[in-house]
Amino acid sequence: MMERILPHPILSAVLALVWVLLINDFSVGSIVMGVLVGLVVAKLTSIYWPERPRLHDPLVALEFLVVVIWDIVVSNVIVAYLVLFRRGDTLQSRFVTVPLELTSPEAITVLAGTITLTPGTVSADLSADKRALLVHCLETADPEGTVERIKQRYERRLKRIFE
Amino acid sequence: MAFWIELIIAALIVIGALFLFVGSLALARLPDTMRRLHGPTKATTLGIGAMLIASMLFFLAAKGNPSVAEILISLFLFLTAPVSAHFVSKAHMLRSSAVRAQLSPTGRAVDWATFEAEPKEAGPGGAKEAGSINEPERA
Repeated sequence: MMERILPHPILSAVLALVWVLLINDFSVGSIVMGVLVGLVVAKLTSIYWPERPRLHDPLVALEFLVVVIWDIVVSNVIVAYLVLFRRGDTLQSRFVTVPLELTSPEAITVLAGTITLTPGTVSADLSADKRALLVHCLETADPEGTVERIKQRYERRLKRIFE
Repeated sequence: MAFWIELIIAALIVIGALFLFVGSLALARLPDTMRRLHGPTKATTLGIGAMLIASMLFFLAAKGNPSVAEILISLFLFLTAPVSAHFVSKAHMLRSSAVRAQLSPTGRAVDWATFEAEPKEAGPGGAKEAGSINEPERA
């Protein structure tokens, strides 16, 4: 019964919150409207998204968020330095392959997005069987170290959050 | 508005503008498409982020009521920047045979998804027969 009315409780909550933030007004009217939007949209789209991804460890998710925001700040400084003070063609750019332990599509999506937003790496492609990520590094002297850092810093936490 | 708040807001705007400028400069300075992607995906997220924090602080200090639309702007930016970068790089890999030669191997029996469809029975340990026949030739 609960499943039928509320197929994706987190999605509904996020939609309601986004609605209220978009209106930029915390009145009862906009909150009620936001909750309605959250319920109706989640219900209407539930056939396209039959599985319910679970957040196992919200505390780790919070930790992950802090780590990622910190890394975004650091990566911006590094990339800005490389762009301003290095000739582009002297940068040791290369592709590396990150073998994935994650299996859920949501976790892989978050990991790929995180890789793109953090130090000197852009995720470029996924292997056809979804078990490896292709990552482009702007400047790396140590490809194995980069892969190891991605796995240690992000994948390990995502595995605890999603799987 | 207190002087020190103005100072913080001004500093955030300058920092934001600096990073936005560097991000755009990266597009012009770096030599190839894959390297150019690094500029707009990173430098601009912090640039916009700093600007938005400045905007929130300003409305909080000047009008007294916090404006939260900025949180949404940064949320949407964080969602869309990686996706567009991903698609630009996929399109680039399809168009350029030079970049295809630089790709690192998947370490799997199958190729990257841009060049090969998902094997019929994917899964851990699956994908045994796929890939070997129609592996695209790479230099």
